[in-house]
Amino acid sequence: MFELILFVVFAVVALAAAIGVVAQRNVLYSALLLVLNFICLAALYVLMNAQFVAVAQIIVYAGAVMVLFLFTVMLLPGKRIEVAGRRLPGQTPLAILLALALGAVLLLLLGGSLVALGRPAHPAITVGNVQALAEVLFTRYIWAFEATGVLLLVAVAGVVHLLRSGPRPGAPR
Amino acid sequence: MSIDWIELIIVVVKALIVAFGLLIGFAYLTWFERRLVGRFQMRIGPNRVGPAGLLQPVADALKMFFKEDFVPGQADKPLFIMAPGIAMSAVLISFAVVPVGPSIRLFGREITLYLADVNVGMLVVIAVLSLGVYGIILGGWASNNKYSLLGGLRGAAQVISYELPYGLSLVGVFMLAGSLSLKDIVEAQARVPFIVLQPLAAIVFFFAAVAEANRSPFDLVEAENELVAGYHTEYSSIKFALYFMAEYISMIVASALMVTLFLGGWQGPFLPGIVWFFIKLVFMLFVFVWIRATWPRIRYDRLMAWSWKLLVPLSVANILVTAGALVLRDMGVF
Repeated sequence: MFELILFVVFAVVALAAAIGVVAQRNVLYSALLLVLNFICLAALYVLMNAQFVAVAQIIVYAGAVMVLFLFTVMLLPGKRIEVAGRRLPGQTPLAILLALALGAVLLLLLGGSLVALGRPAHPAITVGNVQALAEVLFTRYIWAFEATGVLLLVAVAGVVHLLRSGPRPGAPR
Repeated sequence: MSIDWIELIIVVVKALIVAFGLLIGFAYLTWFERRLVGRFQMRIGPNRVGPAGLLQPVADALKMFFKEDFVPGQADKPLFIMAPGIAMSAVLISFAVVPVGPSIRLFGREITLYLADVNVGMLVVIAVLSLGVYGIILGGWASNNKYSLLGGLRGAAQVISYELPYGLSLVGVFMLAGSLSLKDIVEAQARVPFIVLQPLAAIVFFFAAVAEANRSPFDLVEAENELVAGYHTEYSSIKFALYFMAEYISMIVASALMVTLFLGGWQGPFLPGIVWFFIKLVFMLFVFVWIRATWPRIRYDRLMAWSWKLLVPLSVANILVTAGALVLRDMGVF
């Protein structure tokens, strides 16, 4: 009962914040609503006993990625923080199409997990601890895990290269 | 699931004790700092209000309450009001997982001296502290003042840069303790405190913690000779007090984490655990004040270079060495 109340509260706030991200005209407020959405999602993960995922969500997305977003948004001079009414040609039909496609994929995934309802959960889910997650990550998904690591390393190297080829900081423009 | 009401009341009471404890700790930390800095600078420090100046924090609090609470006309009002609250609540929450002593028996019930023993303990602290930076950036931006904005941006860059060595330096500790829970980490230090086994990690963590708390010599966020007062230039009265509290309480949290992670937490001979915890905590707070009174402020580009070019590589090297040593130990080499 208690859990249900918490779920409803966080789910409603998460949905409202997500809608706000899109509807809000002020980019900074959009970014902040996205942070709120992330925090609510983290709370939902905790309710599902996935504490590590919840904390990772906050550290990585709410704590680091969104701070960088805000950093950029705040450097925009005053007026430009409001989104201009500019649209791409054919944006509305394209958006509807993509939304429908995404919705279909999500429904498909949801259908798959509804079938699994009632089956005993994966040990990592019931235990909810770091050891169980690490065990799965470093045995079953080791290749995906390592590949992601290489991908991120490539991204870092790319950023360093781009910075090197630009003007040196402090050099006269 | 039925709720155990007594258990719930105990948790609420403990939460209140932690919150009020931190607030009182803040008040007397300002007194402690002003008196100590006075000594360091060969003067006396506040000693007029009450015996040895002990009532000075009360006088300061009253003064703060009666100041005018001013909101600049061009400020973004909701964010301007929210920002100090974010900074304050983040540091208050982060203390919840710190164990201040072993469990005690009271009225026939086992009472643990921490609010929550979360499986991912230390990560919760890092997550909550990383949210605290929103208080600084938003306060800086919402004030609509260029000094505030610069202070806020500096804060964001600094906290993100120092979060890396902050987290990485702890990996060695986690590997030795085999757990992320602060309770387990304290118990793993029953024989040797981790500062002996992980001296490099302790140093890196301490520097990163000073930078996270925006304390001198890393207080570029509010460098008064270049930025007026940084992100809280426009703040007055109780909102300013909230920022002030957030800074001092994050100093207490950083000291408590140093004690818990590297100095053996509440473990120690003869005296009860909670007394040991406070002795070590006060010692760490003294070090914080000592550093402030001794070192000049570091230049901004040096600050960033320090984190990325020195502390991060050092902490990665520490992880490598620790992992290698653990493998050798498991193979029975020593």
